[in-house]
Amino acid sequence: MKAIKVTVNGKLESREIPDNRLLVDFLRYDLGLTGTKESCSVGVCGACTVLLDGQPVSSCLTLAAMTDGCAVTTIEGLAQGDRLHPLQQAFIDYGGFQCGICTPGQIMAAKALLDQNPHPTREEIQDWMMGNLCRCTGYYKIIESIQAAAEGKVRS
Amino acid sequence: MNQFTYVEPADVQEVTAALADYGEEAKLIAGGTGLLNLMKQQLVQPAYLIGLRRLSGLKGIRHDGGLHLGALTTLHAIETAPLVRQHAPLLAETCHLVATVRIRTQATIGGAMAHADPSQDTPPAMIALDARVRLESRNGSREVPIDEFFTGYYESVTAPDELITDVFVPPQPAGSGAAFLKFLPQTQDDYATVAVAARLALSGGRISDARIALGAAGSTPLRAAAVEDVLLGQAPTPELLRDAAAAVAGVVDPTSDFRGSADYKRDMAVVFVRRALEQAIARAGRA
Repeated sequence: MKAIKVTVNGKLESREIPDNRLLVDFLRYDLGLTGTKESCSVGVCGACTVLLDGQPVSSCLTLAAMTDGCAVTTIEGLAQGDRLHPLQQAFIDYGGFQCGICTPGQIMAAKALLDQNPHPTREEIQDWMMGNLCRCTGYYKIIESIQAAAEGKVRS
Repeated sequence: MNQFTYVEPADVQEVTAALADYGEEAKLIAGGTGLLNLMKQQLVQPAYLIGLRRLSGLKGIRHDGGLHLGALTTLHAIETAPLVRQHAPLLAETCHLVATVRIRTQATIGGAMAHADPSQDTPPAMIALDARVRLESRNGSREVPIDEFFTGYYESVTAPDELITDVFVPPQPAGSGAAFLKFLPQTQDDYATVAVAARLALSGGRISDARIALGAAGSTPLRAAAVEDVLLGQAPTPELLRDAAAAVAGVVDPTSDFRGSADYKRDMAVVFVRRALEQAIARAGRA
């Protein structure tokens, strides 16, 4: 067992965890933050994307013990009270999701992109988001949603 | 995943001491994107995992007679570093093509070498760039030319008590140009069906230096000396590049899988070596 302290969505969380605990399981089972989804479990699909010290990572390929002392942001950390994050609102306004299983990962990946590159070109969005798979939308609406969020064209 | 004990030493000395103590029961973990997938499949079941993330001295890039890439530098840091774009643009281009940005923010250059995955992208690029890998153990330090580093399928010369600390990319020859091509018939984040890295230098209108390497073409990353031999000392005509590329058919030893049959991959190796040579020559001419 390992004692770890991780700042999750701005709140310091201290837990004892098994050494082989994955970050996705730490978030879902130890902290009850089930917004983060696990799908492929091999780092390919992007469903489990969270931000680790601001960088997008696959939480299924990250040991929780290796996040001790770090800051993790999940989909639950984006809205401020009842006010959705512009990316969340954009995905609603522009039809960026259908079944929704990939959406938390899509939005976290998009947040990392806009944090580093606030006004990406369409090609830069496609290049960055290439690793977040969606079986419903055909991707056009996801890209449109991210462009709209970057351009401030969302209901607020 | 199996049960293991995770330890996190504070410096290189503590790491090499831990490696000496635990021996083959231990595995080093940097980004973990390669190792954790092997552990999930129970192909590797270490009793101890030695986490490297506190070794902050092994993170970062400096230019000192060439590029020193600290072993814990992420592929994302390498692809975006102005120093790399200036001194070894091939490496920045190659790192950008590895998997997805999520993997590149975690995966490290030292890990990419240690993993010794024959289908990975950075090993052939490092072979083309004539890189050297520094290894440290409790008994000292040694530097291994990249040509001699990969010894088998997921195997390298790294001894169980050694840690990769630095990957060195020497200054590239005057008048040289380089290219990395990755044949991806399925998805953009896939392993290559075949990958080719080529570096050529021109002097007085003739090819004065050639380093050609392939990924996903055998049980290790491969250097194609037979291709280089056809090129050296010759004028870079389209016919010469075609003849040189044809020689790679005798170098590669691909396996049939869902990315293509062995015969198809051998044919594609010839095609992609030719294209990489054409691109490298075009860039060499520009310099």
